[in-house]
Amino acid sequence: MSNENSVIYGLEFQARALAPQLAETEKIRFIIGTQSLKQANNQIHLVEFNEEISTLKTTVFHHSDGEIWRITTSPLDPLKLATCYNFVTGENNCQFKTALLKLPQTENPENIENLEILTKFDISPYGNEVRTTEFHPNDICKVASVLDTNIVLWDVSESHAKSIKNFKLEGKNNPKFTIGKWNPHQNCNQFTATTETHLKTYDIRSGDLAWQIDGAHNQLIRDLDYNMNKQYHLATCGDDGFVKIWDFRQTQGPVFTMNEHSHWVWSVRFNHYHDQLFLTASSDGQVLLSSAASVSSENNPDIKGDSLDDARKSESKQLLADGPLQWCEHEDSVYSAEWSPSDPWVFASLSYDGRLLVSRVKKSLKYQIML
Amino acid sequence: MTEKNTNPLDINGPNFSPNMYLDKIFKECTLRQVMDHESEIVKDTQTLHSDMQTLVYENYNKFISATDTIRKMKNDFKKMEDEMDLLMSNMESITSFSDKINLNLQETRNKISHLSGVHSLLQRLQFLFKLPATLKSRMEEKNYIQATQDYLHAQRVLEQYGDMPAFQGIKSDCEEILTELKMELRKQFCNHTASTQALTESVDLLLQLEEPPKELCMEFLTSADKRLGEQLVLLKDESEQRHVAEFIDLGCTGFLNDLCIIVTSFHDMFINRVNVENLENSEIFENFAAVELESFVNENMNSYFILVKNKVDFEQDTVDTSTLVQALDKFYIQINSNKFSKHVNFSEKALEVIGNAGKKQCNAHLQVLKLTFSDTLTKIKQVLSTPKLISQDDSSKNLSELLNSMIVTVIEKTKGVLQDLVAFTSPSIAFAKKPQFQQTFSIEYVREGLIVNFLHHITDTIKNVCSEGILDTKIPPTLILILSKFCLELKNSSVHYLLSKTEELFNINIKRSNNVTVEIKICNSMQETAQFLLNHYVRLQGHNCSQMLRKSVETRDWLHTIEPRTVRAVMKRVVEDISVIEATVALLYEDQGTTTGNSSDSSRKTHSYSVSKAQYKSNWSSYTPNHLDSTLVSNMHKLFSERIDIFSPVEFSKVSILTGIIKISLKTFMECVRLKTFSKYGLQQIQVDTHYLQLYLWRFVADENLVHFLLDEILGSTVHRCLEPVLMEPSVVDIICERG
Repeated sequence: MSNENSVIYGLEFQARALAPQLAETEKIRFIIGTQSLKQANNQIHLVEFNEEISTLKTTVFHHSDGEIWRITTSPLDPLKLATCYNFVTGENNCQFKTALLKLPQTENPENIENLEILTKFDISPYGNEVRTTEFHPNDICKVASVLDTNIVLWDVSESHAKSIKNFKLEGKNNPKFTIGKWNPHQNCNQFTATTETHLKTYDIRSGDLAWQIDGAHNQLIRDLDYNMNKQYHLATCGDDGFVKIWDFRQTQGPVFTMNEHSHWVWSVRFNHYHDQLFLTASSDGQVLLSSAASVSSENNPDIKGDSLDDARKSESKQLLADGPLQWCEHEDSVYSAEWSPSDPWVFASLSYDGRLLVSRVKKSLKYQIML
Repeated sequence: MTEKNTNPLDINGPNFSPNMYLDKIFKECTLRQVMDHESEIVKDTQTLHSDMQTLVYENYNKFISATDTIRKMKNDFKKMEDEMDLLMSNMESITSFSDKINLNLQETRNKISHLSGVHSLLQRLQFLFKLPATLKSRMEEKNYIQATQDYLHAQRVLEQYGDMPAFQGIKSDCEEILTELKMELRKQFCNHTASTQALTESVDLLLQLEEPPKELCMEFLTSADKRLGEQLVLLKDESEQRHVAEFIDLGCTGFLNDLCIIVTSFHDMFINRVNVENLENSEIFENFAAVELESFVNENMNSYFILVKNKVDFEQDTVDTSTLVQALDKFYIQINSNKFSKHVNFSEKALEVIGNAGKKQCNAHLQVLKLTFSDTLTKIKQVLSTPKLISQDDSSKNLSELLNSMIVTVIEKTKGVLQDLVAFTSPSIAFAKKPQFQQTFSIEYVREGLIVNFLHHITDTIKNVCSEGILDTKIPPTLILILSKFCLELKNSSVHYLLSKTEELFNINIKRSNNVTVEIKICNSMQETAQFLLNHYVRLQGHNCSQMLRKSVETRDWLHTIEPRTVRAVMKRVVEDISVIEATVALLYEDQGTTTGNSSDSSRKTHSYSVSKAQYKSNWSSYTPNHLDSTLVSNMHKLFSERIDIFSPVEFSKVSILTGIIKISLKTFMECVRLKTFSKYGLQQIQVDTHYLQLYLWRFVADENLVHFLLDEILGSTVHRCLEPVLMEPSVVDIICERG
């Protein structure tokens, strides 16, 4: 990777939590949380990428409550974020917790401080391990947490979260949820969670199962992501090394599959603007920028106009071929890769050895998509 | 000359002037000379005179006799004249007499001639009156030729006087009979038993009767058509019962012969003879007739071809190739030997039919081959899914035997098929000599259509066994392994063998033909498939082991575990499974000898491992975990500058396969460990487990450092995830492992 394409930021500690600052539309900002069993050492880094001069500016905050397993940010308030962390209690015990945090409005470079805790959650009735806490895409007062066997919907308007609803997963062998996400379409009334190899989507109004895809992967599903520009489309990835894109109206098979990674795929993300691009991060140490143009919103024959226009279009703009387009190599497993919400051509990937790579989409690719 | 003549001095010349001559003499000559000259002249004159006298005398006698003769002639003529006059008067009297006689006889003569005219007329009339009766009797005698001739005699008269009431009856009678005659003649068209000779005759007669030739020719063709149609129907009926060879025979003797006769007689009747009356018309007609005949022949041949084709198609499954080929050969010879049409080459069409049959036969054989192959597959699947086979001793032989039998089955079956098809090109077969047939059949149908297609089918089927992307756990992994090996074996020898066999049997020269699938291409796709399957196998087995490891790590509460006393059962299970896999793989892939170097000194292996462990221990006690980890990682990276690709391409060797599986499993182990938090004892348990794996796994892989490195990383990660990273004494670990 040449300098032109990526900037490296090294952390002192191992890390697996990376999130883009979703509500920030001006600056390219990512938030990293470290994962170290030494309580006091854990930090949250706010990394801002200055695209013009290709430099990174970071602000560090303490996170003394424990190692961070996951960070999510509010899509509405740039200052809000949620962490799932592991709090060590006493000798040989630790406890998973989640909290809503607030970044300070003003920057204070001299002091490294802890972040203000906005809302605390009492998860003990629902399970031990919090997998993620997801902000509702529209409603600032709602978040959903994925715990062992529960999805809990919280009202977070006050400092202690009140649970509104919870959906319990039932089945043999005590199945657990792995991860979950809001469906950004359909008024955000659906929440999708994964358990083992299955996808389950609940309607949060009725609490019923809206739809499900069983056996979407051969092994555990690690992550999923909705296509912002195309309803009904979501991507999944998992331990079998596959990335699959589904149209959940037809659950018998994926509309797209890719098997380029040689180990588990931990994260999949559609580009918010050009949804033919998606990022995958894998424990084989690679981040792949790939194209699924054949099933993207760009390849939509309904939108196209009359045949003359059509011909002109196909002449001037050819769809990208499906498959990988760009590689980023890390030294260790990569557990997350995220697009910048403010610049569609910038993405960041974080490997377990604490190295953040902020990369740009190759110029040639960019032009190919834009022109 | 004139000068000479005019010379007045020439004594013999006509213009002689005596005076000048004398003057000259006198002037020029002496006296004496003059004297001499005078005497000379006198002498000359005397001689001349006497000469003249003799001449006159002689001629006078002659003259007198002539005069006498003339006088005599005069008298004779006079007499003749008188006689002539007499003759003239006699002649005149003769003429007058003859005129008189003529005049007298004139009347009688006229009468006689009139009478004779009347007589002939009467005769003709009588003929006419008798005509209907004659015709009738002729008809009854079936002497159509005479009848026609009779009618033709009377025809003009009837035409001329047909209007007269007296003749009307006759005419109508005649016409009636004539139509009857025509009917009769035409009936012969439809008569099945009528010989062609008879047919020709009737047509001939009809033509003489000025039937429109076009109509006739149409009618002729229609009737012929009908007859051939009947033949065809007969053939069709027979075709269901008869054997293909008999069917062809029947077609040859019946249909084709008839067609031949029809065509020749048509030529004789219509094309080669209608010419006499008016040339231009006949030419037009001939063209017309030729076209008609052409279309007629085409139509009939086509339906015959269709019939043959159907029959051949129908029989294809039941009849063996040689019989079929023989029948087809007969068919071809028959078609080839007859020239039915100037424009359409039916032997080509026949070749087409045969080509189709060949193609069908190839396809049928292809289907058979495919079926055999899928049968073999199912059989192998069955054998493999009976569980006792795996991991038993006698099964070990079975696996390679299974592979061999699979290869042998496929090859032998293909060979058999080829042998069978060779009949099509055997030198005794007429159509096999046609280069265009030979080419298409051998290259397009047999080589490409059958062999190459079959090979492609094999790769496709095998690929489909583990359909893209789905790690189906229902398929026994051994099947995938065996299929991979199968492809490899095919690629290594059998593909070449089959292709060269085909080329040899069918006499194909690939270099000459362009669009031929090259052997290398097939081999490549075989190799690809083999590689694909092998990768799949490694993945599948890797995932199977991974799954066990993942479950074992995930389900345990590592924070509240007791001090390790044994190796966890899962580890033993993993080692066991890998041993089984090794045993299975070893049956198909011989050891490449890379590991033999290692096997001799396993003690060294453990030793070095313990040493490194001891180092860790010293390090870990003094450094903070993350510090340690970063140094460890960097050290490791220095040692192994190469990245470890988890799914690097697998080679076709036992070691490579096992290395792949182990890499996947250990990587999974590491990822799982990273998701957990460990207590001291949890860490120690992992320490024991990794040591155990180290002890048993190194022998499976090519590069033992790889296992070493991965296990170190697992342990490193565990240390990092441990709340209280205290490792166990290596000696204790050793003891536990040896015990367990």
